[in-house]
Amino acid sequence: MKAEGRRQKAEGRTRRFLTSAFCLLPSAFILLTCSRTRDPRTPIEFWALGREGEVVAEMIPEFERRNPGVRVVLQQIPWIAAHEKLMTANVGRSTPDVAQIGNTWIAEFVTLRALDELQSLPIDRADFFPGIWATNVVDGKLYGVPWYVDTRVLFYRKDLLAAVGYPRGPKTWAEWMDCMERLRRERKSRFGILMPLNEHEHVEVLAMSAGSRFLNADGTRGAFREPAFRDAFAFYYEIFRRGLAPKVSNTQVANLYQQFAQADFAMHITGPWNVGEFRRRLPADMQDKWATAPLPARDASAPTGISMAGGASLVLFRGAKNKAAARKLIEFLSEPAQQVRFYELCGDLPARRSAWRAPALANDPHFPAFRTQLERVAPFPAVAEWEQIATTLYQHGEAAVRGATTAQDSLADLDRTTDGILEKRRWVLARSRR
Amino acid sequence: MSRETRAAVLFLTPALVVLGVFFFLPVLAGFALSVTDFDLYAIGDIRNLRFIALRNYVALLRSDVFWTAFVNTLYFALAGGPLTVATSLGAALLVNAKAARLKPLFRTIYFAPVVTTLVAVGIVFRFLYHPRFGMINRMLESIGLHPVDWLSDPRFAMPAIILVAVWKNFGYNMIIFIAGLQNIPDELYEAARIDGAGEWKQFRHVTLPMLGPTFLFVGIVTAIGYLQLFAEPYVMTHGGPLNRTLSAVMLMYQEGFRWWRMGYAAAIAFLLFLAIAAATALQMKLQERR
Repeated sequence: MKAEGRRQKAEGRTRRFLTSAFCLLPSAFILLTCSRTRDPRTPIEFWALGREGEVVAEMIPEFERRNPGVRVVLQQIPWIAAHEKLMTANVGRSTPDVAQIGNTWIAEFVTLRALDELQSLPIDRADFFPGIWATNVVDGKLYGVPWYVDTRVLFYRKDLLAAVGYPRGPKTWAEWMDCMERLRRERKSRFGILMPLNEHEHVEVLAMSAGSRFLNADGTRGAFREPAFRDAFAFYYEIFRRGLAPKVSNTQVANLYQQFAQADFAMHITGPWNVGEFRRRLPADMQDKWATAPLPARDASAPTGISMAGGASLVLFRGAKNKAAARKLIEFLSEPAQQVRFYELCGDLPARRSAWRAPALANDPHFPAFRTQLERVAPFPAVAEWEQIATTLYQHGEAAVRGATTAQDSLADLDRTTDGILEKRRWVLARSRR
Repeated sequence: MSRETRAAVLFLTPALVVLGVFFFLPVLAGFALSVTDFDLYAIGDIRNLRFIALRNYVALLRSDVFWTAFVNTLYFALAGGPLTVATSLGAALLVNAKAARLKPLFRTIYFAPVVTTLVAVGIVFRFLYHPRFGMINRMLESIGLHPVDWLSDPRFAMPAIILVAVWKNFGYNMIIFIAGLQNIPDELYEAARIDGAGEWKQFRHVTLPMLGPTFLFVGIVTAIGYLQLFAEPYVMTHGGPLNRTLSAVMLMYQEGFRWWRMGYAAAIAFLLFLAIAAATALQMKLQERR
């Protein structure tokens, strides 16, 4: 009897304990969340994308140490979801204070009236590459600060190009065409160059090198039938017509690095991330056989071709709650020392010339070509509709190369489609002038 | 109002309210959107919104891309729909056959693709279709046929997508056909056998007519689903090559959520709604006449 009673008592104790524990659980949760919100420091909400979002976390403590009253709330957003997420955040008025955005999106977000001006930010503008800086300026006002840059240069097989007389890469389009012809004629490689049909940058950098700005001066109509673009398009088309580049999209390229090593093609226009990939993925005996060079110029009157001013910028949202602190964060991340550190953390190229003096970049055999090219980059037209026009652009290139239309019809249709896309912009501009 | 009417109204109200708020209102709002040019500029400043009557519809009917997407969607529905229904019926007959063993196992296996995530299926099929390393081309080569660049060749991309859709969807219809088959009384077959009907004649004159209502249901559900083709091309081809796998819903998504031309996208949605309504009405008519 006695033992029974003791057992019941013990059971009762356990039950009481469990019940109170369950009751306490929510209150503990509330306590925890309260203690978090009770942090006295001013929060800055910062959205960073993809890999950059991961590594920037390591730079935040230094900023918080220097600015004791400020706390950075970092959110990582995957690149593919970023554009939609920022758009919906803007419509739902839940934008962060600071965000990293692709510099081709800036015009679009300015149209949405989502961004705040950064005109008065104390930053040495002359230290930035001018073409990259220009991507952040819309209608004469500054809306972003370049964080890192991205552009395209020529990657080539040194051994194969040396064998046909171009050890340092072709310098002009005429040399380029001759180089590709000879590579094939002398059976050095199967194709001269690889330019996947679904990547729009190939047509774009050729057009930029020829001096095309894609649209007319105020960005209200297409300028694809003007001589500059027409020449570039003809050159692009000719490469495929002569069979010097394979008519494939990049989903059909099974292993770029293997095909490059096997001399399937001898040249490729691509970006800085591939420096690391070429080092990692090409076999060891291939490592001294590849090099990078700035894009070839249209003719001998220019030192190099013109490439795209890509990369990402830091922007301040109009709805930011702590603009002063947010500006400080943008200022901090653009300091030359932080730019170098950022490069060391993730390999993204710095936007400031002074950061390029860091030994890691200056002494590398492959990056100087990017350094040279970055002095000659041009922004895409600063209109909200650019992404859509760029998509139409490569689709027309693909249709012409695959023989679905002629080059001439293609350009006329490109102008017509672009004018249609820009109809609203013309109307809005006319309205605001009234 | 009599007591009964009042009671009826009372009981119907919740359903009507839900239907009104979640169906009729959005449809009206969608139509209202489709007669404006709601876009990025309008999000930035609502004064940039214009009422443009039916100009979105006119622009659509004049646009090559829209017709490409529309024809692609029809191609998919007209080739994929009957193929799916035929495969389902075949599978149902096999699983339901008297001689079949392990029926529950096969039913489960055939039904498994239906409950698998479409995105995962799309990615796996992208591997299977790979021009150099994919299993399908390996098999073609082993029997001496030329490998096919399934997803990048404009001629083969849509058939490849149809194949995936058939594989993914036939299990659902199969279950419904099995239910239909089990509802056919055995006496009918007995009577047919006594009259000297063979297997084929039994199928033709007993099974098929008795499955009439099932066919109607399966046909309508499949047509509605297939006219809304989206996830397969979105995951596997992004609408390429040369827009050959661009469907109407994909075009709507691109216009609406990539370019933020909401008015234009709403017009596509409305035209698609009309097409689906027409396809359903047509099937009902055909069934009635039989």
